[in-house]
Amino acid sequence: MLGQVKRFGLGAILGPLMPFFATLVALLVGAVMLLVLEANPLEAYGALLEGAFGSANALADTVVKATPLLFVGLGICIAFRGGVINIGGEGQLVAGAVAATAVALSFPHWPGWAIISLCLTVGFLAGAIWGGIPGALKAYLNVNEILSTIMLNMIAVQGMNFLLRGPMMDPLQVEQGSFIPQTARFTTAADLPRLAPTRLHAGAGLAVVLAVLVYVFLWRTTIGYRIRAVGLNPNASRVAGIKVKQYIMLSLVLSGALAGLGGATQVLGLHHRMFTDGSAQGFTGGAGFNGIVAALFGKLHPLGTIPASILFGALLVGANHMQRAVQVPSDFITALNGLVVVFVVGSEIWSRRQARRRELKPSPDLHVEAGT
Amino acid sequence: MSDQLLSFTTLIGIIASGIRLATPYLYATIGETFGQRSGLLNLGVDGIMLMGAYAAFFTTFNTGSLALGLLAAIVVGGIMGLIMAFFSVTLKAEQGISGIGVYLFGLGMSNLLFRKTLGTVETVSGFPPIHFPILSDIPVIGPIFFSHNLLVYGAFALVPISWFVLNKTTLGLKIRAVGENPEAADSLGVSVERIRYFSETVGGVLAGIAGASLSIALLNVFQQNLTNGMGFIAVALVYFGGWRVAGALAGSLLFSTVNALQLWMQVLGIPVPPDFALMMPYVLTIAVLAFAAGRVRAPAALSKPFERGE
Repeated sequence: MLGQVKRFGLGAILGPLMPFFATLVALLVGAVMLLVLEANPLEAYGALLEGAFGSANALADTVVKATPLLFVGLGICIAFRGGVINIGGEGQLVAGAVAATAVALSFPHWPGWAIISLCLTVGFLAGAIWGGIPGALKAYLNVNEILSTIMLNMIAVQGMNFLLRGPMMDPLQVEQGSFIPQTARFTTAADLPRLAPTRLHAGAGLAVVLAVLVYVFLWRTTIGYRIRAVGLNPNASRVAGIKVKQYIMLSLVLSGALAGLGGATQVLGLHHRMFTDGSAQGFTGGAGFNGIVAALFGKLHPLGTIPASILFGALLVGANHMQRAVQVPSDFITALNGLVVVFVVGSEIWSRRQARRRELKPSPDLHVEAGT
Repeated sequence: MSDQLLSFTTLIGIIASGIRLATPYLYATIGETFGQRSGLLNLGVDGIMLMGAYAAFFTTFNTGSLALGLLAAIVVGGIMGLIMAFFSVTLKAEQGISGIGVYLFGLGMSNLLFRKTLGTVETVSGFPPIHFPILSDIPVIGPIFFSHNLLVYGAFALVPISWFVLNKTTLGLKIRAVGENPEAADSLGVSVERIRYFSETVGGVLAGIAGASLSIALLNVFQQNLTNGMGFIAVALVYFGGWRVAGALAGSLLFSTVNALQLWMQVLGIPVPPDFALMMPYVLTIAVLAFAAGRVRAPAALSKPFERGE
């Protein structure tokens, strides 16, 4: 390392910008798709932007849509930094939301501060449990967490459907015989503070505060350091005396807890009741998956995940406007998100190459492999 | 007496449907087994199935040809497998994540095309049941085993074929070698990249057929999110089956039987909430994964990109 000069090559500047280039490519491919669908891409993207940022209301809706993405994304930052792949955001959101709903409906006469803090705590804990199950399975029984979190998504959905079609169904629905699978509206005391007349609620602020806390936790505390160490090199961590299994479990517990908290803020701040259309997406709007996308886009950094969440929140809100303006179904955005994910992870090869070149540079006798 | 008779014929019907329902799981799971044995984790199966299902349905709906529909699913599945391989092999992307991207793309794209080109749920007349002389008319055995359509038999025929390819051919040996020890395979002159591209494309083609088996052979409709997560189950079934074709068969049958049982319970009026019945397969999968995790070993190079010369 002696005599290594910090280089400000093109790569050093381009590296961090890689996700943006990747997104640009995804948008270009999206533009081709739009052309095939006989829509003007400029008009479509214009409508998208206007729908997402065109008015105070639109802006507020963008932030509202970004909020669950940020909660899930923060959890993803912890999990992925800890070396575990948590695909269970959907289930964890649902678990947190159902638990918070049960509490909110059980104590309708409590004062607001008490009911809200209890609901948030319970949502956090339910998410922690829903993340902890795959965590324990991975740490102690070596069950692949990708699969177990996916299975737990499905289980959470069926549990939600059972509760909302049965014990938790709005008594009014039963009385009127309409049986729409949703709960009663919570007491208004349980509503999170809201910036009227928009739908922007305090959950967004909570998520931003948490982003800072997660950053401090991961980079400024011993536990956070150990989580990252386990993620970077479990064997070395084990040798260094870190109890690897516990930290694997902890990263999934925290990851699930943040998503669960996100689910709780969704019902307290936005919907004020729980509902289902039979699928997880009906309630989450796919936030469990899109949160992963946002976290990746933010380079698995909690603070980077904030603008990334807003970007994807904007895409989701803008999609509806685009659908009306140029008659392209809003599913286009789901497909576009898929492209963004694929291109962003695909582009990492250049960042990695850059990193390796930097490592190899100081020792001239190390021959760099050709190609691949 | 007539009640018993009724429930007996119902039972036969349910066993038959259990066999039929194994079809999409079989195609998708065997396809994913090929990919994983070569060292590639493809989490995008569900998205590929959806695209295959749409392609098959749309083509058959417009041309009236089932063969063309199946071909469309094969082509679309193969292309998506190739794309997945490009990102996993050439760009060495983190496979757990790029697969989610492919899933989201397939989910969004198939919904988009559905809304743009069909708009409403239509039906086609799918692959008809094949009538075997004599065999189909045998009581009990006839309806259970000899009342299915071409794609169902294709799925079951695929089991011995893919077992043979994986275990008894040079190609299969190469696939397994590349998944276990790519460095060694590479040093012996096997092109790791080419074998992985091939396996992932086979996986894509089979996922496409799995989708087609839903849209033009079993359900004969296309609607948004038709597969409802079946592709993810297929990935789990590969682990469940210990990366063996016979295991994939066992897992697929188990899943479809549990589904069929749940139908049976509803017919008999056993008061189990359907939500719990639907939950059962997933709980079971986790339990089996926990049980199997210590006993079977994944391909050593699974989801690890191959870097030559390290």
